Parts: sequence; structure tokens; C-alpha cells
Amino acid sequence: MNAEIKKAPKVKAPAPPKKRKKIASLDKKKARSGWLFVLPFIIGFLFIYLPVIFNSIRFSFNEISIKTGGGYSLQFVGFKNYSDAFMVDTQFRTVLTDGLKQLITDVPAIVLFSMFIAIILNQKILGRAAFRAIFFIPVILTTGLIGQIDTNNALLDVMKNSSIDTGAETGGVQNGIIRITDLEGVLNSMMIGSQVVPVVVGIVNSIFDIVNRCGVQMLIFLAGLQSISPAIYESCQIDGASGWETFWKVTFPMISPIILVNVVYTIIDAFTSSSNKVMTYIATVYDKSNNGNVLSSAMSWFYFLVVIVIIAAAAGIVSSVVFYQRRD
Amino acid sequence: MNKADSPKVKRESKNKIRVDFERTPLLDRLRARFLNAYTFKKVLWYLFRFLLLLGVSYIILFPFFSKIAASFMSVSDFSDVTVLLIPKHPTLSTYKAIITENGYFSAMANTFLLSFVCAVLQTFVCCMIGYGFAKFKFKGSKILFFIVIFTMVVPHPTLKLSLFMKFRYFDVGLPGFGIMKFLGTIGLTSNTSLNLLNTNWPLWLLSATGLAYKNGLFIFLMRQFFKGIPDELEESAYLDGSGVFRTFLSIIIPLSVTMMITVFMFAFCWQWTDTFYSSLFYTTSKNHLLPTIIKTPASLTEATSQANGGLYSSAITNTCGLLIIFPLVILYLFGQKYIVQGIERSGITG
Repeated sequence: MNAEIKKAPKVKAPAPPKKRKKIASLDKKKARSGWLFVLPFIIGFLFIYLPVIFNSIRFSFNEISIKTGGGYSLQFVGFKNYSDAFMVDTQFRTVLTDGLKQLITDVPAIVLFSMFIAIILNQKILGRAAFRAIFFIPVILTTGLIGQIDTNNALLDVMKNSSIDTGAETGGVQNGIIRITDLEGVLNSMMIGSQVVPVVVGIVNSIFDIVNRCGVQMLIFLAGLQSISPAIYESCQIDGASGWETFWKVTFPMISPIILVNVVYTIIDAFTSSSNKVMTYIATVYDKSNNGNVLSSAMSWFYFLVVIVIIAAAAGIVSSVVFYQRRD
Repeated sequence: MNKADSPKVKRESKNKIRVDFERTPLLDRLRARFLNAYTFKKVLWYLFRFLLLLGVSYIILFPFFSKIAASFMSVSDFSDVTVLLIPKHPTLSTYKAIITENGYFSAMANTFLLSFVCAVLQTFVCCMIGYGFAKFKFKGSKILFFIVIFTMVVPHPTLKLSLFMKFRYFDVGLPGFGIMKFLGTIGLTSNTSLNLLNTNWPLWLLSATGLAYKNGLFIFLMRQFFKGIPDELEESAYLDGSGVFRTFLSIIIPLSVTMMITVFMFAFCWQWTDTFYSSLFYTTSKNHLLPTIIKTPASLTEATSQANGGLYSSAITNTCGLLIIFPLVILYLFGQKYIVQGIERSGITG
């Protein structure tokens, strides 16, 4: 009996430190396996991405010439490529300002449109599954190659014009769904400034483009809408809130973080898409013979800096209205 | 008056009574129920939504309709003013010429090999990386995740020249000192660098390291998805003696199949229709990829030089596009429900 009683605490006593040790080692093990999981990216970043980024910046400060035997030689020229982009190249400045203007009108249009459509697609409606399937077609199919074919498509222009506007066959060139004159009357009677008219007309006429670029944003909005608890809507209904009030007091604040995500995503997407005017221009510069490729590196780095500033500004503005729900 | 309004009570049997109320007529009841502002508003909103969705669907689908219609038209249909969407002389010659003369099937096989391997690699690698970021806390994980977002922000066209140079003179190691250079200088290999252009290796390598097109987005989606999976699930697996990788393979992966299908479809389709990388890494016609089939077949060049031939050649280009996306359409028909499901379950909250 006595021996047993004495033994028992002896066995128990070393147990707690052992256990603690084991927990620590498990944490360490987990941290290590965390590294292992991310390892592919780390390897890629160190051995492919970092040299590529480094070289790209280096090239933008150099003149490059391919040797005939293989390899290439660089000659440091300082900021010459950057100054060339602005001083020597006549088009770059106008293309850049045009592209940025386009960005400023497109981004709100895309974000608002995708939010609106996502909200509608989230409600119960006849044929919802079919509509969803149709709305996500552009994400999958109208990228890259097809987008490139569509940017300058004589066939589509002809078909569109003759089907939507029957007067087009005799009435000369008619591009787009509505004309400025159609809208001017409406907007002027609503006492809205005349500067807005071309912008609105531009957006409506590029609705195809906008719908095509909405896919991913729409998916992200849908995901966000799904994550709002139905209990909140139910309590709103019980309290007698109308749909309009529910939207502004519940839906909008709850998806405001997603608006931020989508604004940033849309800017990145617009910036990197191949249909972007600035990107196309830079691509044509790349193909030019005399050091066009380093010049295009310089241009795209400058463009990148501009867009980073825009993203920071947009994120700053949007995040001031973002509402984060406390989850505890 | 009171007597008339009050319900009539009839005693039917000992324990049963029957009460007859004065009910308002059916028509009045229906009118009260449906002919009010509330129902009116609801119906109007429903109709508005439906018409809007229908209209936007039309905008999305119309180009496909017109392309399909034009692909069956013969040359004479393009100069005919009365023909708009339904061809008068339907023909399959455009399809035939493209498939036989532009090498459609070999291009499709090449692209399939490239895209499938890329998509599988990207799905699995992004899944792993996303899991690593979502469930493990290790030193520098925040900085690394920031770098992932950074790779998403820097567009690859910015890095065009240096990506080209990287894979033209491929070497693993620090700038100026790499394994190949080392081997080359001591004479083990004949070259000091590898030329990986015109092979599938550049894209496979980028995919395997989570650096290919929009992989930052995939990693982000995966991370959000895994954050929504309760930790208790893995803890119970750990308690049962399963290791980290076994838990990942046998518990996490089966849970995330829909999300993985979503990422796979994005990766596959975006690689399939990509033009940037295929024009950058494939400089010769040896590797015959799908973008190269977009050209007017030799037997149809005569027709395109006729009147309204411009429209016809544009129709040929569009038919090439249709042929290219045809496999994707089939894939989409089967996979579209997973895309919505996968993203909806990702629980993105910003």
C-alpha cells in the first residue's frame, strides 16, 4: 500500500513538464511544416521571381545588345530610358493620361455593376442557376485570346449595329447602343451637368466590355453576400425595415470590406489586362528595334509606380467607409 | 346589427358545434390580397430584375450567337444585305479548312498537354501554399503573404524582357553565379546556361512555384477557404496520431474539392486562351499552340480578297476562336456549378 502511494506521485510528477515540452515541439513542428507548405513559393520567389524583378529594374537603366555568339551585354545609361519615355516618345504621355482617365471611369462602373448584379443573382428568381451560368461565361471564355479577337472585330461591329439599330444600314456609321443626343435630353432635364453625359454614354456603350470584366468581382461579391447571416435579414424584416433600408443598413456595410477588395482587384485587373491601352502601347514599343525592349521596361515600371499610387489612394478612400463586423 | 354580425353557432351533436362566419366573398379577398401597393411593388421589382438579367445575358451571349452564325456562312452571304444571322447558303467549309489546314488537332493536343499540367500544378501548389498561410503561424508568414499579393500586383508584361532573358539563359542561383554557370566553367556541361524557350518548362516551372498567371488570386482564395475550416478538425486528426501532411492529404484535400475544381478551371481556361506567355516563350513554330491556328487557311485566301472579303476573313478569325474555346465550353458546362459553389463557400470577408 505504502509503496504504491509513494509511487503514484513519482510517476505523475515528471509528466507535466514532459507534456509541456511536447506541446512546444508540436508548435515548432507545425511552424516548420508551415514553411514546408509555403516552400514552393519561397523557392520560386528566390530563384525565379527575385532575379526577374531585379533584372527588369536593371534593364530599365541600361542599354541592351544581344551578342551574336549568345548572351547579352548591358551598358549603364542611368535614367535615359525614363527620360526617353517622356521626352523622345511622343505618344507615351497622351496614352498614359488617356489610360488613367479610362481607369477612373471604368473602376467605379465595374465595381458598382458587379455589386448590383451579384445582389440580384443572390435573390430568388426564375432561372437563377441559368443566369449565373451565363454571367460567369466571360470569366472563363472571354479572356486572353478571345478578348484579343474581340477588341478589333469587324464582324461583331456589323452584326451589333444592324441588329440593334435598324436605321444603321441607311443612317451611316452608328457605333454603340445609345447616342449622346439620346441621353442629353434626359440628363439636362434632370439638371445634371453636361460633362457627365459623355462619361455615361461611354459607360453604357462599353457595357459589353464592362460585363466581360465583371466576372471575378461578381463571384467575390456573391461569396460575401452568402456569408451574411440570414438571421440579420430576418430581424430586419420583423422590425419592418423596407428592402431599401435593409440594403443601406445591413447589406452595404456587411459587404463594404469586399468592395475594398474588389476595387483593388479591379484596378490591378484593369492595369494588367492585355486590352489596356497603355499595356498594348508598351507591347508595341517592346517590339520596336532600337532598344525598344528596355524602353518598354522603363515605361512599364513607371506605369507600375503610378498605378501603385492610385491603388493606395483608392484603398485609402474606400477603407474610410469600410465597416468591419466584430466577430466574438 | 350585432346579432347579424356575430357568428351563428349550431349545435350539431352533443359534443360538436358548428360556427358559421360571414365570410367576405372570394373575389374581394383576392383583391385585398393581391391588388395592393406591396404586391405591385414586388411584382414590378421581380420583373425589373428578370428583364435586366435577361438583357445582360443577351449582351453576353450575342457575340457568341453572331460568331456561330457567321461561322456557317459562305462568302456570298457576307455580300448579301438581307442575310443577318441566319445564313442563306450554310456551309461547313470554314470549319473544314481551319481544322485540316491550320493543324487544329495537333495544336489542341500541344495546348492540352501544356494547360493540363500547368493547371494541375497550379491547383495543387496554390492549395498547399494557401493552406500554409491559413493554418500555420511561422516567422515571416505575414511578409511572405504580402509578397504573394505583390506578385499579383506586378503584371507579367512589366517583366516581359527579363522573363524572356531568364528562360533564354536559365540558371538556378544568385545573379552572376548559378549552378549551370558553375558546371559550365568547370567543364561538366558545354553551356553556361539552359535555353528553355520553345519548351513547356518555363510555364511548368512558373506553375510549380505559384508564380504563373493570377496565382496570387488563387492563393488568396485558397487561404480564405482554409481559414473557414475549423481548426478542431485538424486537431482531432493530430490527436489520432496523424501527421501534418497526412492530415492535409486525407482530411483537408477531400474537403476542398469544389474549391480546387474552381481553381483548376480558372487555371486551365486562362492558360488555354493565353496569348502573352505563348508569344513570349514560344518563338518558333515547332511548338504548335492554339493561338497559332488563327490565320486564314490557304484554300480560303482567294475568297477573302473578294468584295466584302474583310468581313469574311474576320468571320474566319472568329471561327478559329470558336474552335479554340469549344473544349472549354464543354468543360464549363460540367464545371460551372462548382465555380459558384466553390467561391460561395470560400467565405471571403475581405
